[in-house]
Amino acid sequence: MNKSRTFLFYMFILPWLIGFFIFTAGPMIYSLYMSFTDFSGLGTANWVGLENYKKLFTEDPLFWQSLWNTIFYTIFGVPLGLVVGYMLAVLLNANVKFMGVFRTIFYLPSLVPTVASSLLWIIIFQPDFGIANAILDFFHLPTSNWLLSEEMVKPSLIIMSLWGAGGGMVIYLAGLQSVPASLYEAAELDGAGRFKKFWHITVPMTSNVIFFNLIMGLIGSFQIFTQAYVVSSGNGGPNYKSLFYVFYLYQDAFKFFKMGYASALAWILFIIILIFTLIQFKVFGRKVYYEYDE
Amino acid sequence: MEIAEVKAASSVKQKKNRSIKVGKRIERISTYTLLIVLSAVFIFPFLWLIGTSLKPENEAMTFPPTLIPKVWDFANYKDVFTIVSFGKYYLNSIIVSFFVVLGTVLSSTVVAYGFARIKGKGRNFWFVILLGTMMLPPQVTMIPVYMIFSKLGWINTFLPLIVPSFFGSAYFIFLLRQFFKTIPKELEESAYLDGCGTFGIFWRIVLPLSVPSVITVALLSFMWTWNDFLYPLIYLNDDAKYTLALGILQFKGALLIEWGPMMAASVLIILPLIILFFVGQKYFVQGIATTGGKG
Repeated sequence: MNKSRTFLFYMFILPWLIGFFIFTAGPMIYSLYMSFTDFSGLGTANWVGLENYKKLFTEDPLFWQSLWNTIFYTIFGVPLGLVVGYMLAVLLNANVKFMGVFRTIFYLPSLVPTVASSLLWIIIFQPDFGIANAILDFFHLPTSNWLLSEEMVKPSLIIMSLWGAGGGMVIYLAGLQSVPASLYEAAELDGAGRFKKFWHITVPMTSNVIFFNLIMGLIGSFQIFTQAYVVSSGNGGPNYKSLFYVFYLYQDAFKFFKMGYASALAWILFIIILIFTLIQFKVFGRKVYYEYDE
Repeated sequence: MEIAEVKAASSVKQKKNRSIKVGKRIERISTYTLLIVLSAVFIFPFLWLIGTSLKPENEAMTFPPTLIPKVWDFANYKDVFTIVSFGKYYLNSIIVSFFVVLGTVLSSTVVAYGFARIKGKGRNFWFVILLGTMMLPPQVTMIPVYMIFSKLGWINTFLPLIVPSFFGSAYFIFLLRQFFKTIPKELEESAYLDGCGTFGIFWRIVLPLSVPSVITVALLSFMWTWNDFLYPLIYLNDDAKYTLALGILQFKGALLIEWGPMMAASVLIILPLIILFFVGQKYFVQGIATTGGKG
């Protein structure tokens, strides 16, 4: 490591380094500072100490509502998406013919832009002439108001998200294909059936990938915004039941211009996601992400 | 007698073999049945999308709905361009995506090479920081960054969407670095002995060898920019500047929703992504498997 190599290294990473200070480090410090002020986007910011945080926790029902909405969406949506994606991958991994065709079919929906898929599902879930109710009606099952119903808006959004579960499938598939075939052969000699092989070989051998997807899913799910914005026309309705955390943050910052307050919201989100990340590091150790040279 | 015994034993064996075979066959049949049913479920919304885009307005709003339109009506695809300035949105999305891809590829490859190959003091430290930024929710920096662009007078221009990409993207730097490390060092060493400088080695040897990875990065960054909603929503408030993701919402008024044109517009937004996917399928899969999706 001589001096000129070090100089060269910094010349190469310079674009990122400058970007890091301008777009990440600087804004982080500024955002933390703003969270202790009543900044409105214009004029001066007055220091208010812990006022924003106190107000969030004690006087703001929408903070709790949006946090609850997000937790609900996460604890049901993430595991369901994980199971569907994994199941698809396991089915495809069974040495099937036309594997490429099936894989494409399951994967394509995850390519659809969130705005477009949200608009499509608005039509599918339309209470009066949507296909979802038509199917329920055909089987003489009770119909629903779906996205327009306080109880059903979050489950509807979860159903929507499952259509994109094929994105996770691709990652599982890579994991499944790296499980050595000899393990299955040995288990077969011992008379293990399909279910036993799945439960005692497939799942444990891919647990790293599952856990990685779980944590990434949690982090992504906590940032849900676009689909809720589109289906509720930007207001988080009905009755704030689709007002998710980042949605509320967006409204506070860019609709009500409570930039200081929204910064406090952002820092609470940061801490929640930091906890998820630390759990991930703890479980995986560091080597999953990078390896040192020496 | 001996022969009879052998025969009996072999028939038992055959029976056992047959039952294993029957079991395997049932397993196969159930796998395919499940796959076909699931495929139908996953394809169905696409059919619905295309069907609705071809239905005249009165048919789009009948109950029970029809899957295949009774009348094939391509008027919706024409209306898309007359009801709102959809052509303009399309052009805007293309401009923004083009420059983001350009910026991302130019900056991320250079930075990634630095992290992959040049041993400088503090490299491991900065690499850990880089990985840390991947975990940072963008909402934490969103408001101050907005203030910066607002001070620069860049609100309502494409610059806030484009400029940051020229400073590299942590995901892509990471992905490219992993790839650069797999290139044999001997190639670079022999070029060095031939008098090639570090940047020359990067430009003339490493980049040409990394074309597949660069394509992966370009495809993924195109896709993410094309789909992006939150940043255009914050930065663009003039109708003429809208990208597709914002522009398409114009079909969904507070009271009136133009179903047919809205679905036709959705088809037109999705189409380039589907085409790119089929053209560059292997790059997509490789990239998703490496970065772990968009998180």
